[in-house]
Amino acid sequence: MNYHILKKDELDGFIKKLSNNMKVVAPVAKDAGNFAFQEVSGASEIALKYIPTILPPKKYFMPPREKMLDFDISGPQPVDKAVLDAPELAVFGVHTCDLAGIQCLNMVFSERPRDYNYLRRKEKIFLIGMECGDYCDDHASCALVNSHMPSGGYDLFFTDLGDRFIVHVNTHKAEEIVEEMGLAKAASADMTALEKIREHKRGAFRNEIGVDPRKLPEMFDKGAKSKVWEDVGHRCVACGNCTNVCPTCYCFDMADTINLDMKTGHRARTWDSCQFETFAAVAGGENFREERADRQRHRYSRKFKFPLDKFYRFFCTGCGRCTRTCMADISLKDTLKTLAKETV
Amino acid sequence: MTEEIKNSNWKLRKGRIIAAKQMTDAEKWFDIKLDDGELDHEPGQFVQVELYGIGEAPISVCSSPTKRGSFELTVRAAGRLTKAMHALDAGDYIGIRGPFGKPFPVRVMVGNDLLFVAGGLGIAPLRSLIHYVMDNRKDFGKVDILLGCRTPHDMLFGSEISTWQKRLDVNFLCTVDRGAPDWHGNVGLITTLIPGVTIQPERTFAVVVGPPIMYKFVIAELLKKNVPERQIVVSLERHMKCGMGKCGHCQIDHPKNYYCCKDGPTFTYDEVKDAKKL
Repeated sequence: MNYHILKKDELDGFIKKLSNNMKVVAPVAKDAGNFAFQEVSGASEIALKYIPTILPPKKYFMPPREKMLDFDISGPQPVDKAVLDAPELAVFGVHTCDLAGIQCLNMVFSERPRDYNYLRRKEKIFLIGMECGDYCDDHASCALVNSHMPSGGYDLFFTDLGDRFIVHVNTHKAEEIVEEMGLAKAASADMTALEKIREHKRGAFRNEIGVDPRKLPEMFDKGAKSKVWEDVGHRCVACGNCTNVCPTCYCFDMADTINLDMKTGHRARTWDSCQFETFAAVAGGENFREERADRQRHRYSRKFKFPLDKFYRFFCTGCGRCTRTCMADISLKDTLKTLAKETV
Repeated sequence: MTEEIKNSNWKLRKGRIIAAKQMTDAEKWFDIKLDDGELDHEPGQFVQVELYGIGEAPISVCSSPTKRGSFELTVRAAGRLTKAMHALDAGDYIGIRGPFGKPFPVRVMVGNDLLFVAGGLGIAPLRSLIHYVMDNRKDFGKVDILLGCRTPHDMLFGSEISTWQKRLDVNFLCTVDRGAPDWHGNVGLITTLIPGVTIQPERTFAVVVGPPIMYKFVIAELLKKNVPERQIVVSLERHMKCGMGKCGHCQIDHPKNYYCCKDGPTFTYDEVKDAKKL
C-alpha cells in the first residue's frame, strides 16, 4: 500500500510547493460559522476542521456560469467557436462526501454524448481528500449512503494523526508529486494509528435514518402520494438553494449574452434548479411540474430513486448542505424518516 | 489559457432557409438546407434551432427522411426564439443541433394497420411519419388519419390535406372544435371521430400527437376499442434544452427515469401511462 507521512508543520511548505505549479484552493473559514473553497497561498489560511463548505467543489468542475461558445453574427452565416478557460487546479481538503459527489458528476458528464467542457476541467483538477474522524454536525447523513469512508475518487487522501497526516497516494501523478516533495513512507505504527481511526469511525457513524438503504427506492415508489410531499411543498419557497448547494445537482440552462456591438457575444451554461416554478414549463403554456410538492418529490427522487437505475448509486452524499441552507427548515433526514414511517 | 474545444456538442450546423411560408396567424413553415449535408433524421425526431443572441428551442422535424436535400419545420410563435424565427425568410441562416430523440417505431409498425390521431400542432411531428408511410405505402396495412383543430382557420397543411382526402389508400377524417360559415365538415372534438373507425386492435398501431388534454380522452377511446397499450404511441412535449439527457428540464414526472429528449419524445402508452400528465 502506498502511504506516506506529512508532518503538520510541513503542510505550509507542501501547499507552497504545490502552488508553484498550479492554483491551490482549500476550505477557508468565513462569517457565521461557514466555510468556502477559495484560493490559498499557505497552510495558515486553511480550515483543517470544517463543516461542508457553502458550495461544494462542483463549482470547479461545473462553474455556476460557464462560457461554452463565442459567436459572431455580423456576416450572413453565424460563426462560432467552442471555448474553455480552465486552469490547472489543486483542490485541497475535500471530504469523502464531496469526493462521492464528484464521482457522481463524473458519471453523468462522461456518459455519451459526452460533455467535453466538464471532462477537460476534470483532467486539470488534482484532488486532495481529507478524512472526517467524526460527524461534522447533526445534519449529515453520510453513513446512510456510505460516503463517510474513502472509496477512491482522489489523487491524495489525508488522514489526521495528531502531529502528522498519513497520506494515501492513489494516482501516478500524485506519486510523482509525493516523490518530488520527499515525503517519507508511512511506518507500521502509522498504519496502526490509521486503522484505529477507521475502527472508531465504524462505531461513531451509524445509519442516520434507521432504514436499510436498499429500501429507499421502494419507499419512493410506495410514497409517491405521501403527505410528506404536501408538507414540504407547503413550506418550500422554491428558492433553489437546496439544488445550488447540492454536490450532485447538475441541471442547467443555456443563455446568450450579446455584446454592445450587437454582432458578437457568447453562450453560457448556468446552474438551474428543478425547484423553480418554470423549470418544467413549455412555451405553449403547459407546466409539467407546477406544484412545489411535485418539485420537491422530484428533487428527492433524483437523489434516492432515479440514479439507482442508471448509475447504481445514490445521488445523495449525505453532506447535509440542503438541510443547512433551507430557509423553510426542510430537513432531508426528517423527510426520509417521515416517508419511512409511512412506507416501510 | 483559453483553449478551443474542437469536438464540442454545442457547436451548431449551419442551415439556410430555402423557403418559408406563413401558414396561419401563429404558425410559419420553413424548408431548410444544411451546409454540411443531410440532417439524417428519422420520423419523430427533433432538432434544436439556434439563433445566436436569442437562444435555442426544440422543434419537431415535420418532413420525412424520404425527402432528400432539405428538411422542414413548422414553428408556432410561442416563446422568445420562435417569435424571432417568424421574422426570418428564405436566404436567412439559422443554427441547427441534432437530430435528437427516439423516433417513432417505424420498423416495428411494418405490416400493421396505422391509425394517426393529430390535434392542433401535433400534426407537425406526425406529418414526418405520415409522409414516411405514404412513401413506403406498400409496407403497411390500412391507414386512417384523424385530424382535429380549434377552427378551420387554424388548420395546417391545408392544400396537402386535400390531397390526402382524395387518395384511396388512406382514410382521412377531420373535425374542428368550432365551425365557421364556410366550413361544411365535422364539428366536435376529435374523440367523436374514433368510434366511426373500424379497428382490428391486435394489428393496429395508433399514433397520437397533441396537447395533454387530448391524450387523456383519445387514449381512453382507443383503449375502449381494445388497442393494446404497447401499440399506442405518443410524442410528448417538454422543454428539451440540451437534447443530450443532461440539463434536466425535460425529465418526465413519472416513477421511471425518462428524459423526453433521449428516452422520448416518442413513447408507447404502457411506458408513460403513470405520468401525472402526458
